[in-house]
Amino acid sequence: MSQDTELEAAMDADLPLPATSLDDPHLREAVRNPEGAERAIAWFFVLGVIGVALFGAAYVQNWRPFTLGLSLGLGLFFLGLGITAWGKYLMPQGPFSEARHALHSARAEREAIAAALVERTGVVVKRRRVLLGLLGSGMGIFGIVALFPLLRSLGPLPGLTLTKTNWRRGSLLVDSNGRAIHVEALEPGGIVTVFPAGFESNDQTVAVDQTVLIRAGTTAIVTEKGRSTWAPAGYIAYSKLCTHAGCPVGLYEKLLRLLVCPCHQSMFNIDDGAVPEFGPAPRPLPQLPLYIDRAGFLRAQSGYDQPVGPGYYERTTT
Amino acid sequence: MSTAGVRTKREAQAARGRYGRVGQIIGEIDDRLGVAKGGRTFLDKIFPDHWSFMLGEIALYSFIVLIATGIFLTLYYVPSQTLSVYHGSYAPLRGQKVTAAYASTVDLSLSVRAGLLMRQMHHWAADIFIGAIVIHMARIFFTGAFRKPRELNWTIGLTLLVLSLANGFIGYSLPDDLISGTGLRIMYSIILSIPFVGSYLAFWLFGGNYPGTLIIPRLYIVHVLILPAILAGLIGAHLFLLVRQKHTQFPGKGRTEGNVVGSPMYPTFMAKTTGYLFMITGVITVLGGLAQINPIWQFGQYQADKISYAVQPDWYMGWLDGAMRIMPSWEFAGWGHTIPFVVLLPAVVFPGMIFTLCYAWPAIERKFTGDNAIHHLLDRPRDRPKRTAAGAAMIALMFTLLGASATDVLANFFHVSLNEVLWTFRVLVFVVPIVAGLFTWRICLEMQGGGADIGKRKRAVVMTRSATGEYRTVETEAQPDDEHEELPPIPVPVHIEVGAGDTDGEEVGVRTVPR
Repeated sequence: MSQDTELEAAMDADLPLPATSLDDPHLREAVRNPEGAERAIAWFFVLGVIGVALFGAAYVQNWRPFTLGLSLGLGLFFLGLGITAWGKYLMPQGPFSEARHALHSARAEREAIAAALVERTGVVVKRRRVLLGLLGSGMGIFGIVALFPLLRSLGPLPGLTLTKTNWRRGSLLVDSNGRAIHVEALEPGGIVTVFPAGFESNDQTVAVDQTVLIRAGTTAIVTEKGRSTWAPAGYIAYSKLCTHAGCPVGLYEKLLRLLVCPCHQSMFNIDDGAVPEFGPAPRPLPQLPLYIDRAGFLRAQSGYDQPVGPGYYERTTT
Repeated sequence: MSTAGVRTKREAQAARGRYGRVGQIIGEIDDRLGVAKGGRTFLDKIFPDHWSFMLGEIALYSFIVLIATGIFLTLYYVPSQTLSVYHGSYAPLRGQKVTAAYASTVDLSLSVRAGLLMRQMHHWAADIFIGAIVIHMARIFFTGAFRKPRELNWTIGLTLLVLSLANGFIGYSLPDDLISGTGLRIMYSIILSIPFVGSYLAFWLFGGNYPGTLIIPRLYIVHVLILPAILAGLIGAHLFLLVRQKHTQFPGKGRTEGNVVGSPMYPTFMAKTTGYLFMITGVITVLGGLAQINPIWQFGQYQADKISYAVQPDWYMGWLDGAMRIMPSWEFAGWGHTIPFVVLLPAVVFPGMIFTLCYAWPAIERKFTGDNAIHHLLDRPRDRPKRTAAGAAMIALMFTLLGASATDVLANFFHVSLNEVLWTFRVLVFVVPIVAGLFTWRICLEMQGGGADIGKRKRAVVMTRSATGEYRTVETEAQPDDEHEELPPIPVPVHIEVGAGDTDGEEVGVRTVPR
């Protein structure tokens, strides 16, 4: 008979229940010097009381977070230390034991539930196959259509959004304050983030239009074949969105002539069309073709010739 | 009222029964709910003692701190990306355009009384919560506690880890500061990288192209309601299964597959664990007050075209960031489509594989060992060299990747080229797990044997040197009072007798039982 059924039987028959005497070693304190432990615990509680009381004062006086955290933290810690030490050193440690019951049920019990599922289901399925089929298809279709509002209502379809920026033929380059960039504005080595005029203060368009403008020299720079007019007077512009994970490529190493992405350290050489020289970026940064208008301000010859930023499935190859 | 109704104190006590008011209250409750037997069993419940069994408690109590401090934060935080000019208490920010999310987080930190303490406690508790889950999971793994019948609880625990990682990342994103915003931008790109459905998922999650205006309010409700509710439910299920299946224990004197040996729920375990809750809360509070974490007013408002140096996520996301850093720049482009393996493999496929492996481990091990028996006694890690080696390799892999998330910082600190650091990690990520696994396997084999001393404290050893120079070690004899020998376990007694000399035997709560 297991420990528990024995106990139950004793309870039912009103027999004396298992007992142990107060001086049973199982009930004794776990330390040889209980008085010493009691003194230590008393000190922990005193420190705890001081800590939480100090927190009360610190809160009322609106002292710094440093004082608030230190007083409350130490107060709670010492109260906890006292309680734990009390439990560990002054309370019965036993060891006590408890029987583990087998988790499984009796064989008959298992068979009863299996029978209920199999046999009763058999009755239902055998007689009402068509009804079950209809109900099943209804539930199935509901399951699928229920997904529509969950997904489609959440946002628009991508469409061509990811392929477009607001850069157009003739777009005036402006900085974040809306100031146009005159050809004299930057010294060689200078760098500024630019946007198409009219889109510089819109949170949403800034995220895709952001373009880094570097004055890499004083004469036109040809980064690739067919881009001979793209970088007049040493002004060269690349999309600021990293082709790896879309972080702004915000660092410019003037001496190495590299644009660096601080997120995963992709590096792009500005002289050869921002081909990645290092790091995980898989593609060059798209280059924005520039020209200088009659008043001496920088403008875009056209938009980007490819989608900016990281790769995605619908992105067509270039 | 007649005088006959007046009773003496002693009479009143006698009318309430042997256990006085306590007994009376229990009687009233038991009449209605019938909980006396279940309640008694609960108070008698045995908890085995081992330091490693408290790791899960750290996670549980950090979660309680998270809920408490989190409720405080919701009273001030405004989940909105609406921009307005800042007029709050933080002078350097005045006049700048900030979102309501950012401004409210700065203000709750700097002008709400104890606000910064609460926010930093919340952040520290999250870091400790996930750390405790990971260490707890390692303990379960290395001791084989996930074996039958506890596979379901392993699965629940692993799900708790996955959801906690997600909620940690989301919570970290809510202040809308420059660093967390960069994290969201990367997350958007990771979702975009999934073939076929990536751009649709990203548009639906963010409500359009990045950044949109909906992501902060959406993440907020996920962070404070949906995921915490699921976490709380799963924690309940986790603990229910723990009670139902009873705790595992290490082998030792009197410990069998058929019993649980340790200290009872009431009073010993209850005192220890309550104290532990206070201690953990205390440590988190001290950290929250003393150790600055995520000072967002220094980072500034997130703007899509701004970026900062040394952008790193919280520690528990570091392994993913490290994987993304050391991945070669592979991208498939053809037939009108692009598949950015450089993001897809390290950030989607790799974590998917890691978690699938973890979920499948109990089944994998059962298949390889053919062991389908019920286990309540734990393994010592050395006795299962292959499992222990596999676990060590996994931990080594994770920490190498965490290191790889600091490539730029390491290169700066040690004044070496970033290229060398990168390639070092590309090699280490394969070498370290293999070496760690083999090394662990070897150590386990070396440590095997012995085992007669399980469950006993170590005795002092006396070392003597003979006249001829020979050394000899002798284990000292066990002393009657030196706690070297453990008592044989007994069932929790229903009654505690009081000896004749102790009291008059009529004290409430104590019963004298004839032998």
